[in-house]
Amino acid sequence: MWDLSTQAIDTAQLRGASYADVRVMHIRQRDLTTKNGQVGTLAQAESIGLGIRVLANGAWGFSSTDRLTREGIAACAAQAVFIAKASALAKRGDVVMAAEDAYIDSWQSPFRKDPFEIPLETQLELLLAADAAMRGVKGVTLTETGMQFRKIDSWFSSSIGSRIHQRKVISGCGIAATSFQGDEIQKRSYPNSFGGQHTLQGYELVESLELLKHAPRVAEEAAALHSAAQCPERTGTVVLGASQLGLQIHESIGHPIELDRVLGQEANFAGTSFLTLDKLNNLRYASDIVNVVADARIDHGPGLGTFAYDDEGVPAQCTDIIKEGQFRGYLSNRETAHLVGLQRSSGTMRTESWNRLPIIRMTNISLLPGTWSFDDLVADTDDAILMETNRSWSIDDRRYQFQFSTEIGWEIKGGKKRRMLKNPSYSGITTEFWNSCDAICKFDQWTLWGTPNCGKGQPMQTMGTGHGASPARFRNIRIGAAFSNQ
Amino acid sequence: MNDFSTHRRIIETVLRLAKSTAADETEVHVEETSGALTRFANNAIHQNVAEQGLTVSIRTIVDHRTARATTNRVDEDSLRGAIEASLSLAHSQPKDPRLLPLPCRQRYRKVNRFIKRTADVSPEDRARAVGRVCDLAVKKGQVAAGTFSTGENHTAMGNSRGLFASYRETHAEFSITMQESAAASWAKANSANIRDFDPQKLAALASEKAHLATNARELPPARYTVILEPAAVLDLVGFLFYDFSATALEDKRSCLNDRMGKQLFGKNISISDDVYHPQQLGAPFDGEGIPRQRVLLVDRGIPKNLVYARSAAKRARKRPTGHGFGLPNEYGEAPMNLVFSGGDASLENMIASTDRGLLVTRLWYIREVDPYEKVMTGMTRDGLFLVENGRVTSAVRNFRFNQSLIEMLRNVELLGPAVRATGEEAFEMVVPAMKVRNFHFSEVTKF
Repeated sequence: MWDLSTQAIDTAQLRGASYADVRVMHIRQRDLTTKNGQVGTLAQAESIGLGIRVLANGAWGFSSTDRLTREGIAACAAQAVFIAKASALAKRGDVVMAAEDAYIDSWQSPFRKDPFEIPLETQLELLLAADAAMRGVKGVTLTETGMQFRKIDSWFSSSIGSRIHQRKVISGCGIAATSFQGDEIQKRSYPNSFGGQHTLQGYELVESLELLKHAPRVAEEAAALHSAAQCPERTGTVVLGASQLGLQIHESIGHPIELDRVLGQEANFAGTSFLTLDKLNNLRYASDIVNVVADARIDHGPGLGTFAYDDEGVPAQCTDIIKEGQFRGYLSNRETAHLVGLQRSSGTMRTESWNRLPIIRMTNISLLPGTWSFDDLVADTDDAILMETNRSWSIDDRRYQFQFSTEIGWEIKGGKKRRMLKNPSYSGITTEFWNSCDAICKFDQWTLWGTPNCGKGQPMQTMGTGHGASPARFRNIRIGAAFSNQ
Repeated sequence: MNDFSTHRRIIETVLRLAKSTAADETEVHVEETSGALTRFANNAIHQNVAEQGLTVSIRTIVDHRTARATTNRVDEDSLRGAIEASLSLAHSQPKDPRLLPLPCRQRYRKVNRFIKRTADVSPEDRARAVGRVCDLAVKKGQVAAGTFSTGENHTAMGNSRGLFASYRETHAEFSITMQESAAASWAKANSANIRDFDPQKLAALASEKAHLATNARELPPARYTVILEPAAVLDLVGFLFYDFSATALEDKRSCLNDRMGKQLFGKNISISDDVYHPQQLGAPFDGEGIPRQRVLLVDRGIPKNLVYARSAAKRARKRPTGHGFGLPNEYGEAPMNLVFSGGDASLENMIASTDRGLLVTRLWYIREVDPYEKVMTGMTRDGLFLVENGRVTSAVRNFRFNQSLIEMLRNVELLGPAVRATGEEAFEMVVPAMKVRNFHFSEVTKF
């Protein structure tokens, strides 16, 4: 692969590029699903190709190809330079990149069991057994299960001399039961909605989730939701389960701290951000107990935002985003770092595939654990609604106003978890919400959740991000607006 | 790009190689794409990309089992490897006695959506057009961001029963957001033919509306009469149409369960799925190679027909409508080429006939809150305006809505002519602007 990269960089430089970086990527994927006891999707795919990004005449160009021949690479590199020179026809200044060292390295994400080596029969048998366990529950009308595995090899090289090979193994798994009765559809998922949990692990993730143990409960809850009381509409206290809080972090912290959004580069599609540059170190984002980091290092855990180097050749880092409630940092790249006074990129450039340009992306944006046990938090709560497992999510294009609903709610009264509630939802303004946080659970309740489907960029790219969270309590929150008719 | 003879040769190679394996039947899809996108922000090009790629996707059937393997390597060893991978996956599952054999040769209606002048657009052509709209923004004291993309897609499929189908189309798209202080507005168009839209005109429209959108006032959340521009209608109603899948009704995940044949929407709502409509794009065959049929989904407010893949059709004793996804999959089918019947009210008529209401340019981050009542949530974006006494009087801060689509399509007072519209949340369709009463806004944001 290095020969291909070297040829691409040499060609680009000969054509006038002042900088070039190349990603050769080989992506293997396997998808298995079941529905109502039958195999649904059963597919695998592989894709290999090369993408080259160049600076010429002070502007960017990018081209990609799956023709990995000398002719194909030469044409692709030449096209990237041609495109960069066209970009320069409508530039307002030259691109300036923060300095970065060259690295020669090889890294593989840790995993114990290669999911591509586990027999397909074993994988399908588990899914079909979980599917059957859910279908055995009266009132369930649709059962779904799925596993997804990916193995991604990337060979990064750049004209400053870096050569970095990384191999990542990613696994995902989940089950869901749906119940249609009367004029209502209710659903429960495990361990999370929209495909379950996804991490930078091998098949050990699937084994750790104990799908068969949870399948009957998931199905029973889906059916029971029909006879549960409607979540009330009011302003009050909310306790969020860890996976829901993970998505709350993603939408109301992770996206607004992307420096490309802040600088208007995503204004046409993903949107901008309320976190204008004047707010850095000057905004009380959250209450004192809230600490959030962007941490791509393996020490943080096997998240979908974990790697050794980003797709711009910058080593993985941990950046303070919110420190004791104060806003402290953005996600940056080599092009934008200097705009916030940084000498160096925070290492967040990531690409979906060889045919996509790396863009600023969340890594693992995590809320650090607090001091409460979950039992103590409930015992300390007089009147609240515990909301678990995301059902819908939406936030405005500057990331102020959000609304989430969850699959299930539980009333907390007098320090005890009591009856089930259906159709829970909450909404608010980002900074008001995070400033109302008054309790965060300890590390024993903390999970590094994976969000596998974050969309951004044009052409659209889908990226996996990680979000560590433990259950937390929020005061004076608007509850129930999603299902209100007023 | 390769020509069809190359795609046909790849398909024939796979079918030949598969004959010496355990496969009872084999289906091959070849997809080739070549595209480029110029992206601009802050009145300058900041990203500018091109891609080229070809994939071969192979489905085998062996002993009542099927699976798919896809590769982008087209040498014989790689194709043989993909066939074996497909067989290995297929062997791993229990037999499915309901699995259908592959379809035989089909007849297709011709559609021509390949426009050479679109395919020939160069990076310099796009850069010059972007340069002109950025100059307009500078002149107006505004900030432009957007994309200008062009490209072509070819698809071909064949199977071991002699079916062969092929299709190619070009695409061009221009999208622009103009920002003035804290306000913004937006315009977007796409077509197979780059001459169907003018980036300068779209930029001028967005510029004018961005200026109107400044100094937005805050109104209380409530039920309002709204005038939804076509892009806003498209992004909302796009969420409804997976419910017209026969498989979705079987699974009881459709909002049409127990509602087919009933007066669900207003009598002014009629909707078809029609890939042959002159403003539509897309191949005239589905994932199994079945010719797409025009299907009347909603007739004067009554859901009349569903779309059927082959397997769903067999279970329902219907004819397949040519809307199936590639197999194997768990979703079955969906209509993807929607055409509303529309009306004759212009946007100006709608505004002039409104005592108090809101004009909505675009919606954003739409998600389903209630799957049976089809309550959707989302935000207004890039231009929300107050209409009073028949004229636009001011800009308004953006709202969050929580609105049932079923209720909305009962409350349509006026319809504009149906036009090809494009948004960000749903696929393109031919859809009118709508004036809708009692649209539910539940909260307001800060801008």
